[in-house]
Amino acid sequence: MSPLPGYLVLSAFLFAIGLAGALTRRNAIIVLIGIELMLNAANLNFIAFWRFSEHPEALTGIMFVIFSIGVAAAEAAVGLALIIAIYRHYKTTNVDQIDSMKG
Amino acid sequence: MGIAFAVIAVVTIAAAVAAMSLRNLVHCALALTVALAGLAAAYLQLNAQFVGFAQILVYVGAVAILVVFAILLTRGGEAPQQSIFSTSWIAGAAVALAVLGVLTYAIAKSGASQRGLPPVPNVTVQKIGDALMNKFVLPLEVVGLLLTAALIGAVIIAMHDKEAEK
Repeated sequence: MSPLPGYLVLSAFLFAIGLAGALTRRNAIIVLIGIELMLNAANLNFIAFWRFSEHPEALTGIMFVIFSIGVAAAEAAVGLALIIAIYRHYKTTNVDQIDSMKG
Repeated sequence: MGIAFAVIAVVTIAAAVAAMSLRNLVHCALALTVALAGLAAAYLQLNAQFVGFAQILVYVGAVAILVVFAILLTRGGEAPQQSIFSTSWIAGAAVALAVLGVLTYAIAKSGASQRGLPPVPNVTVQKIGDALMNKFVLPLEVVGLLLTAALIGAVIIAMHDKEAEK
């Protein structure tokens, strides 16, 4: 068995764990961490497919991951700022209690 | 598929499970850091050194610190009294399990296992910089603009609104 399915299965597990955390946890920060894990699982797929591709000199997989890391960093900053603003308003980060649009 | 990959995979998955299931949020953030470092090790295994070190700098260095700051600013440091899982956790877990099943089925059915390991690509940082400055210069500028906008937006969103309190 070549190593490519190993990396793909590792990435699938990370994606499923992140999805499970994002869908089941109460705390908004943990939901954001789960989304980060899912993004990283996608990045691992890009790198694995790039490494096993026919033309790795084209650098497309690496470039996609570099830009993806940049976008994920922006997403994390804005997401955590939103959570802090919500916490200031509702005094909680429990996503079950944050259920009104105009509070 | 060497021992190194097995160790990296087990550590990364265990840390990810810990990050999603621990009660204390600070422990969750530390487990997340371990998982992200494990992913960086996987990138190094795949001969993507630049991405591996960028992962360590951005995720282990910056995003983990940001998460810890957010946890402490929202007083998430102490473990919660009630359940840590939301009321609809059964549906969420079922969806996640279904996604895992579909993904592994797709990987098993695909021709991925027939693909042999190509020779190590000769990718230097100079080549990556060349590509960033020539072929990918427009996306690079757009990401720079996006990061600036996100920086300003995050500060404005998190800023204390003194006018509204009066």
